[in-house]
Amino acid sequence: MAEEIVFEKIKGIHKVPREEFYSSGHRTCEGCESAMVMRMFSKASGPRTIALGTTGCMYVANTAYMTTPWVIPWMHTQLGAGGSAALGTSAGLRALMKKGKIPEEKINTIAFCGDLGGADMGLSAISSALQTDYDLLIILYDNESAANTDIQATGMTTWGAQTTFTPTGKVKRIMQTRWKKNVAGMLAAGHPNVKYIATAIASFPPIDLLNKVRKALSAGGPAFIHTLDPCPKGWDYHPRYSDKLGELAARSGIFPLYEIDHGTAKLTYNPPKPRVPVKEYLEKQGRFAHLKDEDFQYIQQRVDSMWEDWEIPGIIPVRNGTIRSEK
Amino acid sequence: MTVVEGKLVESQKEELLTGCEAVAHAVMLADVDVISAYPIRPYTEVMDAVSKLIADGKFFAEYIIADGEHSQFEIVKHASAVGARVFVGSSGTGWMYAMEAIAVTASDRLPVVALVGNRALDDPGAFGVEHNDALTVRDLGWLLVWASTAQESLDTTLIAYRVAEDPKVMFPTALAMDGGFLTHSQHMVRIPSQSLVRKFLPAYNLGDRRLHPDNPISIAPQVNEDWVMEIRMQNAEATKRVPAVIDKAYREFEDVFGRELGNPWLEEYMMEDAELAIVGMGTLAMPAKAAVKRLRSRGTKVGLVRPKWFRPFPTELMQKVLSRVSAIGVVDRDFSYGSPYYGGVLFNEIRSTLYSSKNHPTIANFIAGLGGREISIADMIKMIQLTYEAEEEGKDGQVKWMGVRE
Repeated sequence: MAEEIVFEKIKGIHKVPREEFYSSGHRTCEGCESAMVMRMFSKASGPRTIALGTTGCMYVANTAYMTTPWVIPWMHTQLGAGGSAALGTSAGLRALMKKGKIPEEKINTIAFCGDLGGADMGLSAISSALQTDYDLLIILYDNESAANTDIQATGMTTWGAQTTFTPTGKVKRIMQTRWKKNVAGMLAAGHPNVKYIATAIASFPPIDLLNKVRKALSAGGPAFIHTLDPCPKGWDYHPRYSDKLGELAARSGIFPLYEIDHGTAKLTYNPPKPRVPVKEYLEKQGRFAHLKDEDFQYIQQRVDSMWEDWEIPGIIPVRNGTIRSEK
Repeated sequence: MTVVEGKLVESQKEELLTGCEAVAHAVMLADVDVISAYPIRPYTEVMDAVSKLIADGKFFAEYIIADGEHSQFEIVKHASAVGARVFVGSSGTGWMYAMEAIAVTASDRLPVVALVGNRALDDPGAFGVEHNDALTVRDLGWLLVWASTAQESLDTTLIAYRVAEDPKVMFPTALAMDGGFLTHSQHMVRIPSQSLVRKFLPAYNLGDRRLHPDNPISIAPQVNEDWVMEIRMQNAEATKRVPAVIDKAYREFEDVFGRELGNPWLEEYMMEDAELAIVGMGTLAMPAKAAVKRLRSRGTKVGLVRPKWFRPFPTELMQKVLSRVSAIGVVDRDFSYGSPYYGGVLFNEIRSTLYSSKNHPTIANFIAGLGGREISIADMIKMIQLTYEAEEEGKDGQVKWMGVRE
């Protein structure tokens, strides 16, 4: 049997591994939080890792030919293939190890996909991967748009946001009328075989993402992490505020941070009451400049409902047998 | 195994197998590591057979039921990238659903072997054979070969692994089989022994392109206009190395298994002194042979040419064989709307091939047997007669749809 790696919990910023496995050579924007996700997951997973990246900004901006930032092995996969890439890689390694064609050891298989690739097109493949018993981790890095393509809305874009597909106009103030999907909750509820599911923000709380990646990798089966990544280009704010916006997303409760470890759910961060109004998070982003008070109130009311009416805030939209839906 | 006249001869194990079951046996004998399945008629029977072989412990592979054909082909692509031998397949619209993954598998130069159980593309719905599904990959770097019997299906699957995984090749390979007529029809098949297969088929070795922490490479980065021309040309050059590898694989197959396979590229039937050749791929060879035999008995000098490998296309051999006749009838089990002469795909490939031949035979085209409609011996005789008429009337390039209701 492969020797089981039990990753140690990182107990403070000074204990974070110094080795970089996502290094210089990438061309991401200043203030890119998705790049921070790349850097952190690879720090947490270490050198015995294979990374698989779907098409998206973390492909196009990351891996210009001959300037790859990846110190660990990395391979491109198609936009909707995050789940299949993880599955194929993990199955290939397991078959070769079982047949004695390569040495038995734990090799981390990590596929990352953006919100367009992961939450929309690739959802079916991720679902399929999470039904198996293969050792794999899928990271959905969510910057709420097709961020390398031209900032188009996805199924994960915050309600009301301006994107190139959802501009504000003379007749329609709001074109993005879809409410953000609850992908992690959906995957947790419908996949009894998944070993670990979490949401995270790269900047807040510090080290949280690193430890969630380590927990996922030692969970002994399929795992999934959804990160919310502030994006200066797509969200229209100064890059110096990326970490602050991440923190506000958590403090306002618009993006609940939780984990479901072998079926046990818990909030990993409980925003102190009174929660920061979501307007404080939204008004710092140019993509919401066209919103009126009634719009902010609408978003606030839905966020409040999630925290007050759901059985488990952020995860399961159920209370007393009733599914909470749009009012 | 016995030794006859100093040569190793395989055990004479024979079984009654469908085309799909024959391929499944080849997959087992090739000791494939990862298989990904998704149901669609008619290819799906191969996965029925493979899963039963695994369930019965006849061989071991990671067997993954995917959520769709796109995932199916992505799964094996990535398994292949870490050094696993893989098998996959599909039919008709399923093959089209996987097309994005199919395209990148070829440009990633990963030797995936796939079965295409040829099926009509929807709409309207039809389960039967049409070659359009497999032909969609003809420009992408997939090697493409048609089988016509269950025995040929088993043999060609083993050859496909050998060719695809050759370090000089490294292209994915699709074995096309006529849906229903070959995928589901039973033939007596000689099944080679595992030890001989091991002798014929070396272990898959991706070398320094294998994705592994011991070999931390980056695969398929963003190259844009800076490098894409160079990479495309490398691939194009690599396809030119394939024919010699195929020739060698067939010769060694014959040496190892002690069985004649004939010309790897095309089958010639009664072509020695033929004046007219009928050309077609897959199972239509059967009624074609019967028709040729019948017409020969009446003194008509007609023969059949059945192309096997469509990619790479055997240009010079095809020229050599077909410039001997004065009239050619190409039977396409496909269509190519709006193409030159509004003809079929094979027809236009053959015409293009013969452009530089000094003797320009009359080439007639027949679109026949679409959606699984049967091509009978009478149909074949009719097509041969129409080819003669086209020659007499100087109607080179004539295209006729056969057996269409009034």
